Amino acid sequence: MAEPIIEFKNFSFKYRAQEEPTVTDINLKIYPGEKILIAGPSGSGKSTLAHCINGLIPGSFTGDITGTLTVAGLNPAEAGVFGMAKKVGTVLQDTDGQFIGLTVAEDLAFALENEALPQKEIFEKVDRAAELVHVENLLKSSPMELSGGQKQRVSLGGVMVDNVDILLFDEPLANLDPATGKRTIELIDEILHQNNVTVVIIEHRLEDVLWRDVDRIVVVGDGKIVADEAPDQLLCSNVLEEQGIREPLYISAIRHAGCTISPEDRPQHIASMNIEPYKSAVQRWFSAVPPKQKKPRTDTVLTVNDLSFSYDGSRDVLTDVSFSIEKGEMVSIVGKNGAGKSTLASLICGFYTPTRGTILLNGKDISPFSVRERGESIGFVMQSPNQMISKPMLMEEVGLGLTVRGVPEEEVRTRVKKTLKICGLYPYRNWPVGALSFGQKKRVSIASILVMEPEILILDEPTAGQDFRHYTEIMEFLKELNRTLGLTILMITHDMHLMLEYTDRALVLCDGVLMADTAPAAVLTDENVAEKAFLKKTSLYDLAKKCDIDDTEEFTDRFIEYERTLRQKEKGIE
Amino acid sequence: MTRMISYEAKDTFIHRLSGFSKLVFFILWCTASAITYDTRILLAMVIAGGVIFALSKTRWNQVKTVFKAVMFFMILNLLCIYLFAPDQGTKIYGTRTLLTHTGNHYDLTAEQLFYEFNVCIKYFTVIPSIFIFLVTTNPSELAASMNGVGIPYTVAYSVSIALRYIPDVQGDYQRIKNAQQARGIEMSKKASLPDRIKRTASIIFPLLFSTMDRIDVVSNAMELRGFGKKKKRSWYMKRPLKAGDYIVIIISAALVLFTILMNIRNGGRFYNPFN
Repeated sequence: MAEPIIEFKNFSFKYRAQEEPTVTDINLKIYPGEKILIAGPSGSGKSTLAHCINGLIPGSFTGDITGTLTVAGLNPAEAGVFGMAKKVGTVLQDTDGQFIGLTVAEDLAFALENEALPQKEIFEKVDRAAELVHVENLLKSSPMELSGGQKQRVSLGGVMVDNVDILLFDEPLANLDPATGKRTIELIDEILHQNNVTVVIIEHRLEDVLWRDVDRIVVVGDGKIVADEAPDQLLCSNVLEEQGIREPLYISAIRHAGCTISPEDRPQHIASMNIEPYKSAVQRWFSAVPPKQKKPRTDTVLTVNDLSFSYDGSRDVLTDVSFSIEKGEMVSIVGKNGAGKSTLASLICGFYTPTRGTILLNGKDISPFSVRERGESIGFVMQSPNQMISKPMLMEEVGLGLTVRGVPEEEVRTRVKKTLKICGLYPYRNWPVGALSFGQKKRVSIASILVMEPEILILDEPTAGQDFRHYTEIMEFLKELNRTLGLTILMITHDMHLMLEYTDRALVLCDGVLMADTAPAAVLTDENVAEKAFLKKTSLYDLAKKCDIDDTEEFTDRFIEYERTLRQKEKGIE
Repeated sequence: MTRMISYEAKDTFIHRLSGFSKLVFFILWCTASAITYDTRILLAMVIAGGVIFALSKTRWNQVKTVFKAVMFFMILNLLCIYLFAPDQGTKIYGTRTLLTHTGNHYDLTAEQLFYEFNVCIKYFTVIPSIFIFLVTTNPSELAASMNGVGIPYTVAYSVSIALRYIPDVQGDYQRIKNAQQARGIEMSKKASLPDRIKRTASIIFPLLFSTMDRIDVVSNAMELRGFGKKKKRSWYMKRPLKAGDYIVIIISAALVLFTILMNIRNGGRFYNPFN
């Protein structure tokens, strides 16, 4: 066999600011032409491994290294970031942040310009890279004119101009809608086969990456490699569950049916998996699981009538959107990037004024109310807690909304304490906000809204960039608020699992039009709707079909319900 | 939100010039204007500047706001000169032709008026050249042009990347402001001015932190793609110089030379009509 192109030998790394090493005893060989998926919960050290490979460690993040690492014949510590850049092309998760040029062409040219290549050569190479990632018609576009998926293509093209040996993807799917993510995975595969490169993908959305074959999956947990196996093998073990990584849904379903999956049945893709040995068990399980219980109807809290909005007066961003939300519902707003999801939330909060249509809160038109007045009944939580936190101390931050409304200090203190208890932040009440983890900060930003006791909570991408463990933590927390406080929750999301597992209803927006207002399972089992809205059909649909179960929606619903009860049981034991 | 002084793609001979020659023209033009007070030259430049401005087909809306601001500072400047140096004209031109007769220190002289007139038209020589440069130069070409006239590429690129991120940061600002307003932090005119200033902190800090996050990501991304590795850098958007560019550069250089010669011939920077 050929020499490995990446080799970690007894490798450990400790960040300067930390007491304990972040990764320890790493032994890993990656061979030329392989496609490797590195999975693990956040904080497991998987991003640290990526930074070691591209030289950001120890170039930009200093610390102590023990053991050896060889990448394409170089030692990253000696070659530095610039030396490694010739061998390793890195595509980061933040497609916005890494878009450097003012236009697509300039962004593709960036690395070549830095090499001070003659302009003629740059033109040729840029054209070739643009063709490779299919952006040749967008060369003159500015980043603002591009969709998330197109930006990702450009980032990929930008590293491909350099003829690198290794392509490193750091959570490439994090900000993409499901359909675009799927296409990104296809593109990566296409490039791998056309250009003799080695691909390393770091991602926790396992099922999405497995849309195309990978050679091996390396699971990192707590700074160590806990598994390094072919997908077919790995999917049959319990490693993923133990590490808090979401396994593909069809795998979970087959397990719930009481089966042990065997690698011979090639479980890597549902389409090509041999389902025969499990078919009857899945069918039995389906009839045994109780159907989902319908929530009793309650009063309508929010009504939106024929809402339209346009930024420039000519082109509608939203067109005649109508729906109503009942008290205590959890509803997701889904659709591709730019479909009008954020605009809809902004209109409800009063950030923009609708061109036509009305919004009623408890039957009352809220158009005369200011942003601030609406804020007392409709709370809005931004995607990143860093966008909201403005006070150094926790109590101060959470109480801010009350303080500025002139609530007496004593009352502010009691209400803040009560909210902190609800949010599980009470033990940290005297901490500076800066000392909290990202997930805790997220809770702080939710707490600072909850303290005002709103009737409706709107969250923008509450779980973006979170791994399965933190995702579950945040979502269970919201579910709890929904259950105990009767809070109505609206969520803007890309995450199909979130929509399926945690919401009663989904509003599907497509190009500013409300395309569907129905049960989440119905959205994800209706090919027509899923495709138009850039969502992805769930693999449960395929599993049901393969097991000759026709009511795919019911199958999906029962699966979700079953998992929900399972989680509740687990909690009960704790 | 309208963007002040923004580039607009048009097809005029000025737009077709390379950014480099426009920058050279701009620098030399301003140099010529700075080194002379010769009214004849300045007036000729005002007229020429006006003609070029018209040829660039720049819409008034693109430059209106900045023009008004410059006018404000010009008037302030002229008033200050009169306030602090009402005899500057006499010192320069050597005569004192009184136009008012109050016997006061602040009596207006024809020399002072003429001097301030010269200052005023100097503004009008420079203004069109700034506008033409900014409005007709593609921002993508700006960094390449700056680097072309000897500014280090790291500095030149910083300017370009700042341009790239202005709309993003503006968007962030708007979103953060909205969310904080919903929390009850009133930023509209309903709140008193001191309150508003105090509350700005609740927007500035989150904005600062999210911008720092951005900078962090961008600088890593730039480094990963080799920015700063070499002493020199080439530019995708650099335009090769054509005949028109050379003509513009030669004319601008000739203008500076002519101005210097006129200064020598006049025996100073000033043209004196009072002798």
